[in-house]
Amino acid sequence: MRTGYDLELVHLTKRYGDALAVRDLNHVFAPGSYVCLLGPSGCGKSSTLRMIAGHEDVTEGNILLSGQDISHLTPAQRGTAMMFQNYALFPHLSVRDNVAFSLRMKGVDKATRHKRADELLELVDMTDYADRLPAQLSGGQQQRVALARALVTDPKVLLLDEPLSALDPFLRIRMRAELKKLQRELGITFIHVTHGQDEALALADEIVVMNNAVIEQAGTARDVWAAPRTEFVARFIGGHNVIDLEGGKATVRADAVRLTQDGLPATVVAVEYQGASVAVTTQTETGTEVLALLPEDQFFASPKNPGEPVRLSWDEGRLHRLQA
Amino acid sequence: MQIRNRHILGWLEAIPLTVVLVCFLVAPIVMIVIVSFWGATEFSIYPAFQFDNYAYLFGSEVVLRVFLATFKYALISWAFTLAIGFTVAYFLAFHIRSQSMQIALFLLCTIPFWTSNIIRMISWIPFLGRNGIANQTLISWGVIHEPLEWLLYSDFSVILAFVHLYTLFMVVPIFNTMMRIDKSLLEAARDNGASGFQTLRHVILPLTKPGIMIGTIFVVTLVMGDFITVRFMSGSQRANVGRLISNDIGLLQYPSAAATAVVLLCTVLIVIAILLRFVNIRKEL
Repeated sequence: MRTGYDLELVHLTKRYGDALAVRDLNHVFAPGSYVCLLGPSGCGKSSTLRMIAGHEDVTEGNILLSGQDISHLTPAQRGTAMMFQNYALFPHLSVRDNVAFSLRMKGVDKATRHKRADELLELVDMTDYADRLPAQLSGGQQQRVALARALVTDPKVLLLDEPLSALDPFLRIRMRAELKKLQRELGITFIHVTHGQDEALALADEIVVMNNAVIEQAGTARDVWAAPRTEFVARFIGGHNVIDLEGGKATVRADAVRLTQDGLPATVVAVEYQGASVAVTTQTETGTEVLALLPEDQFFASPKNPGEPVRLSWDEGRLHRLQA
Repeated sequence: MQIRNRHILGWLEAIPLTVVLVCFLVAPIVMIVIVSFWGATEFSIYPAFQFDNYAYLFGSEVVLRVFLATFKYALISWAFTLAIGFTVAYFLAFHIRSQSMQIALFLLCTIPFWTSNIIRMISWIPFLGRNGIANQTLISWGVIHEPLEWLLYSDFSVILAFVHLYTLFMVVPIFNTMMRIDKSLLEAARDNGASGFQTLRHVILPLTKPGIMIGTIFVVTLVMGDFITVRFMSGSQRANVGRLISNDIGLLQYPSAAATAVVLLCTVLIVIAILLRFVNIRKEL
């Protein structure tokens, strides 16, 4: 049974002239889940998000929220809120006025809207900065303000367009933890567009992998990681080797590949030390690149150098057949 | 040793600009200020230090009226150039999507500037005159039965010419500031439930203020310093401060002209100082 504010895409299509950006998307986002739309640039993930937000017209199909068609409503009527990639804070307004902006547009009086804005600022831990201008804040702080501004309207779905891409790597990891925590506390659906698979794996209850205007695979992070459906997903999500077998392609996870006495002959191409593990890139005789992720102690028990011949093997059970 | 060298080098680098500014800006203004204290008879000018010129300026009712007329022209021209300039810039910046089209239309706005000011002014005369195109057309349509007298050689024609000449000086800085507004801000405003007008009022207008201010300074200084437009378009029936100065020069009354120029300069500087109190344009420069 479906309850709450579930978001559903029905035959959603977007065309720019002749170019197809999103083709016939059908998907139900579970209520209160953290969903990552993952894909390379130009795959249609941003167009999809912008259509849900109402900043892009729907060419064909519908968007349903709690069973109601919202595809022709204005962004503010939809019950969604968007957090923009560069945060799009109004540079001439203080942090508090930025957060209170939508209430001001509705004609809420100053005292009430400032009180509400302060509540939101407390939620994102930015109370001390309420009177500053956005230019006086760091990237992470700006993001929190943008979050508060998006949440002030009590949206049923929060849409995040590559929210972490403007931050440095260290801050990115911290902010993603905060996003996840906030989503759990609020219990609303977050739809987060990203091209970083590590970000998606770390955050998402559900990952939707898109490529060439369609959904390649959707499922929980573990499902997608453990059983990529297509070669594209396997390659994009990383950590997988795609191998040609009779009867189609298969993947084997890089950490399941071992260097042994017998097995598939290959040559070491590169060795990369990664701390807990060592990444050994090899090339088989047919020219396929196979990555083996070996535990550090195992590798250094018999270290290999580029150019050395090795033999690769894996348990038959770790081999995963691709559907396409 | 090296630090002192750097000092000398810094001063040397500043010299060319200093020389240019001193020769062509500071020295002439100092000269005008000095001459403004001189005396004059019908046929001679004699160096002196007397306040006669200023006493006349501040005591005469005619001069006061001319100053007020100058302010009136500046204010009305400003209002119209702002309204038209803002609308044109808004259209160019937010309604034209393709950049090449934006540039093309923007260049179109500058085409009138390929001819001289005076030609553009004079070309109004056959249009607005008693038997001009405007009057004839209106009569042939039956809108009016007699030619409108106020079309030419009136405040109307003076202000029309000012607006025609100087609107571009409003369009350019406003367009420039508008182009710097991040388009995602407009989407964010829409996402927060702002209507088109609310976005204009609460996002675009505040962010365009520096451009409006720069355009205002252009238009106000140009209109207040102008004399030729007023002369041509009013058929010498209206006066502003610029004409006062040009008349004095025509009569070789240089001290009086210099004093008027000093007062006008101070007036314009005060107006700009007041404007700058409202908006910080430093970001734009």
